[in-house]
Amino acid sequence: MMVIPCPFCGPRNETEYSYGGQAHVAYPENPDALTDEEWAQFLFYRDNPRGSYAERWQHSAGCRKWFNAVRNTHTYEITHVYRLDQARPDGLPKAPLATKEVGA
Amino acid sequence: MTQHQNHQGGRLERGGRLDRDQSIGFTIDGTALTGYVGDTLASALVANGRLRVGDSIYLRRPRGVLSAGVEEPNGFVRVNGDHNESMLPATTLELRDGLDVTLLDGIGVLDDRPDRNEYDKMHVHADVAVIGSGPAGLAAAKEAASGGARVVLFEQDFELGGSLLSDPTITVAGQGALDYIARVRAELEAAPEVTVLTRTCVFGSYDNNFLVALEKRDEVASAKGGVSRQRLWHVTAGQVVLAVGAFERPIVFSDNDVPGVMLASAVKTYVERWAALPGRDVVLFTTNDSAYETARCLTKAGATVTVVDARPEVKAAVSAQEGARRAGLTVHTASAVVGIEGSEGVTGAFVAPIDDAGQLAGDAQLLACDLVAVSGGWTPNVSLHSQRQGQLAWDDALSGFVPSAGVKNQFVVGAGNGTYDTDDCLIEGARAGRGAAAAAGFPASSSADDGDAVAESAEVWHARQHRAAGTVRPLWAVPAPDGSLDTHFVDPHRDNTAADVLRATGAGMRSVEHVKRYTSISTGIDQGKIGGVNTIGLLTQLLSGNDAKAIPAGQPGQDAAEEVELTASGQPARRPTPGTIGTTTFRAPFTPVAFTALAGRGRGTLFDAARTSPAHSWHVEHGARFEDVGQWKRPWFYPQEGEDMDAAVARECRAAREGVAFMDATTLGKIEIRGADAPEFLNRIYTNPFLKLPVGKGRYGVMCTVSGMVFDDGVTLRLADDRFFMTTTTGGAAKVLDWLEEWSQTEWPELDVTLTSVTEQWSTVAVVGPRSRDVIAKLAPELDVSKEGFGFMEFRETTLASGIDARVCRITFSGELAYEINVPRWYGLKVWEDVAAAGEEFGITPYGTETMHVLRAEKAFPIVGQETDGTITPHDLGMDWVVSKTKEFIGKRSFSRAAFTEPGRKQLVSVLPLDHTLRLPEGAQLIEPDALGDYTGEGLPSAPIAMVGFVTSSYHSQALGRSFALALVKDGPTRVGQTLLASFGGQFTEVEVREPVLYDKEGARRDG
Amino acid sequence: MAEQMTVKPATTDAAVLGYRRSPAHHLTEIMAEAGGEQVRLREVPFLTQITIRATSPEAVAAVGNALGVTMPSAVGEVAQGEFGDLGSDSSGSSGSSVSVVWLSPDEWLAVLGDEAETGVAITAVVESLNVALGQRRGQVVDVSSNRTTLELSGPKARAVLDKTIELDLHPREFPVGRAVSTQMESVAVILWRSADDTWLLMPRASFAEHVVGWLADGMREFS
Repeated sequence: MMVIPCPFCGPRNETEYSYGGQAHVAYPENPDALTDEEWAQFLFYRDNPRGSYAERWQHSAGCRKWFNAVRNTHTYEITHVYRLDQARPDGLPKAPLATKEVGA
Repeated sequence: MTQHQNHQGGRLERGGRLDRDQSIGFTIDGTALTGYVGDTLASALVANGRLRVGDSIYLRRPRGVLSAGVEEPNGFVRVNGDHNESMLPATTLELRDGLDVTLLDGIGVLDDRPDRNEYDKMHVHADVAVIGSGPAGLAAAKEAASGGARVVLFEQDFELGGSLLSDPTITVAGQGALDYIARVRAELEAAPEVTVLTRTCVFGSYDNNFLVALEKRDEVASAKGGVSRQRLWHVTAGQVVLAVGAFERPIVFSDNDVPGVMLASAVKTYVERWAALPGRDVVLFTTNDSAYETARCLTKAGATVTVVDARPEVKAAVSAQEGARRAGLTVHTASAVVGIEGSEGVTGAFVAPIDDAGQLAGDAQLLACDLVAVSGGWTPNVSLHSQRQGQLAWDDALSGFVPSAGVKNQFVVGAGNGTYDTDDCLIEGARAGRGAAAAAGFPASSSADDGDAVAESAEVWHARQHRAAGTVRPLWAVPAPDGSLDTHFVDPHRDNTAADVLRATGAGMRSVEHVKRYTSISTGIDQGKIGGVNTIGLLTQLLSGNDAKAIPAGQPGQDAAEEVELTASGQPARRPTPGTIGTTTFRAPFTPVAFTALAGRGRGTLFDAARTSPAHSWHVEHGARFEDVGQWKRPWFYPQEGEDMDAAVARECRAAREGVAFMDATTLGKIEIRGADAPEFLNRIYTNPFLKLPVGKGRYGVMCTVSGMVFDDGVTLRLADDRFFMTTTTGGAAKVLDWLEEWSQTEWPELDVTLTSVTEQWSTVAVVGPRSRDVIAKLAPELDVSKEGFGFMEFRETTLASGIDARVCRITFSGELAYEINVPRWYGLKVWEDVAAAGEEFGITPYGTETMHVLRAEKAFPIVGQETDGTITPHDLGMDWVVSKTKEFIGKRSFSRAAFTEPGRKQLVSVLPLDHTLRLPEGAQLIEPDALGDYTGEGLPSAPIAMVGFVTSSYHSQALGRSFALALVKDGPTRVGQTLLASFGGQFTEVEVREPVLYDKEGARRDG
Repeated sequence: MAEQMTVKPATTDAAVLGYRRSPAHHLTEIMAEAGGEQVRLREVPFLTQITIRATSPEAVAAVGNALGVTMPSAVGEVAQGEFGDLGSDSSGSSGSSVSVVWLSPDEWLAVLGDEAETGVAITAVVESLNVALGQRRGQVVDVSSNRTTLELSGPKARAVLDKTIELDLHPREFPVGRAVSTQMESVAVILWRSADDTWLLMPRASFAEHVVGWLADGMREFS
């Protein structure tokens, strides 16, 4: 059982959360300016590293707030959680797909 | 009355953890026997001189009890009762009065009678969870609890003590072992924050120290109704101390499965804990020092013992061997048991000398005996550690895999850590208990009586651990005089032998994981507890000479291979170590768990929530049949006396189209939206414009995913400039709110918009049909219901005749004149009843979801999830009109992708079977009329037949007087007028493609 | 500016209130039969419940002021106050204690007594809060019918809850006065410890039967 520390409600079991995929992948500012391939990249492609991964979670059974977490995809350890209006912790790999930094 | 034979010929006169005043009767295969309170079934069998259990699973060889614990691979029984329970190991089955068992031949059959016992679940949070109550576990729990931490101690046995129960005469912390257990138990039970759970096996260990355990509670359960027979514990622990002990390994030799071959430690346990003597003339075959304790206790119990020690008289073994000699035992060093005489039971052992390479070094002699006790070394029980991906390393000196790096917030202590000396276990356990308590924030109060717990460096401790363990000579397979390997049992439960392992490597298997699957070793009920490490050891021999680098590693598989000798070509041959090969993966459950225990109380009505509307009792009273829509129970149709579903639905449809009908629409999702930017927000969410929706009006909208696929639809009302009331589909309520929250919070936080679910605040009644206006007029006397005064897609706040405030909307999902009355849910039943009463004079008819579906399908109103499947755009549904060409909204960019504009997309049409009475099955495939060729529907066609579409909805239309269907068909609109074949159940039937809307295309009925 | 829909005046007509049916109304007997000395279960029907959403400190202070409380600011916190006479009731003596439960950094649930008993109409509370919030970002929504309140009490109440609630209910972690949103058998509930041995569970209305079913089942052991 992953225990995820919600920035607002504290640690709760993973069963209270829903997953939102990779963090810091913002909706493109001007979708019409993208080629079909670029748009497909945004729609369908995400990183899949072994190790630290910044991802989005929503505390759906609690405060209903979205937030970001850095999780080790191998050990499932969550090393950081931060609000959407907080910057990504230093020293973590950045998502190459990110077209703009949300809240950074 | 059953006469229980009170022989217990193998029971010693004194000793054992037994209540000798309480003799209890039990029956095995129809024979009545007795044992004592405190016995397991296996110990009672041993005491009755019965080592023989069922036959083996495939080879049908006679088998005997091998062990005294959860690792038992032979002694399985079925417990007979109202619901038979199969495959229970006799070694862990607590003896109780009247127990009636049948021996099994390695396999059980599930009873097809229902299990009426109760099973439940309990959540517990602990600062420190201690698993195992041997010396290390007891010491850990005692220390951990001393500072006030919440401690839960788990013991799978019905008694605390672990290995101490088999060593009752030793001194522990200055007192007798049994007194020590009693003292610690009393101390723990007196501590307010400590829970001691016996008969409770922790079988799974998951992320964040989440443990799952099964408690067997037969005794409490029989005392009172409503109390579960087994309880699943979900444990969230801050710190975990694993004090789970070790398993003794058998030795792989010819006929090592004959009844009477038993693990040396099990022999000691039967003698010391249960005063049950498994044999009187014993050959004790060992590779290490630990078995000499068994020799000692057997001698004390009056048995004669001959020791066969695989080790030459090397220095480290001298003391044990010398001690044995002084005790009058015969010791054969550098020797092995190479075969067994007897098949139903041991009558003798063949003993032969072996050389340094483990090969036979002389002729075998037959030693008469009735028991062969074996010890092939010890395997730390690393299952729970490994389930958490804890690292292991092969330790040559200990001859076992031991935890090499801890799991976060876990401690491994005692034999599970390769620490075999009892005093060392106490020190290690106490140290871990104190460490865990401190880490949990409840430092232990000082304690002096668990021995010297001065922190020693890892190196010093390691050396001490190895010294205490003595020297082990690994012996992975003892050669038979005739060279055979096919009765060298590696995994007795699976009937797998060393010959099977040889076959696996001969077939090219190298990885231990592949060998496991090729042979089925370790897939039986003991999950490799008996045969796992012996298989790995055997592989080191069989794969010798191979390039060890070519062996795919198991867990952890990090060790390098050893270079052992030169091959003929002068290249060094490489012999893999057990560490090179690694183990197979350990997974939960550690011991078997019944599915019914996992299900717990979550079955029947408690399995899932059945959500009901406030008018549910009315629906039940009026004979509704219900349909599950998500978790909701919705009325499906209301059959009257003598009506089948078709007749009921036809009558309900007629009422809605020709008179008036009403439906419970409470289940629709509802969201209140407020904010200065709410119009802008909705404008981005919906594909159609919402900025200019006037207050007092509603609008139908479609929302799409970013990839342009239809996601949900519904009507949204504008309550005020900055307030909207959105409705969603019944099944989509939660996901739509999540969707809106996601965009609001993550992408557009700058928009002033706030969302609140009010799905359950409101109850909704749909009143439908040409006479609905009359009904509404009666219900809401203050309301101007005229066509001019209350237009389509408008809503009004009014007070009903009852005095209840309501919001009435003119919305239709049938094409007919229709209204929806919304009131706070508390009033839902009252208003539903009022509608029924007000409509009575107009013949108002309740209708369910089936009629709703027919009515909407006649109008080609799609249902998200029925006409859509996540690959359908609004355009595919023929709803180009709902997609704005000018504004930006979610999914818009996708509509210009090539895949969306190219021909060949499946699009919505209606299809009419030429046979007007034929209702196509939903999901029926549609194909071109000439696609069949000479295929008649018999067997498989010679080549695949291309599908051009499929039926999404299919009904009989009361209004059209015929069957009809909606379908998604490639380039559907261009095919209108064509004939296709519908294929289902081996039949083919012609259908005509038509435009989607089949009824009232002009929309003339909407205003009544 | 388009026309604002008018807010209806307070409903205090006893006849109308008499038409209400609470979500666990039909489960009264089941709950009574399940109870005993060790643990009891009942519905506390018709509590006034208002969702309050506000983001700016000014808006939070304003709605708190309207309710006579300092709005709680952290998970688990519940503020208590008295919602006084608003002058909207002709009897002139209306008033109710109010509890404000923290649900999220910008969401609270105000809980007041049944308007039939307190004389404080739901609409009056909503109106007062709407006035306080004004044009600021946020929302005031009547959700009184949306959830119901179940009260589980007695020395074994916690043991019954431990069968279904995953949270740590030990007094160290869940002291009296704490309330949080969580799940019970995948049903969203607000769990509120109102006294040592008394717990309130607030599921959404349609889940009342399921929640009562689980609780009553877990109570049998102690009946």
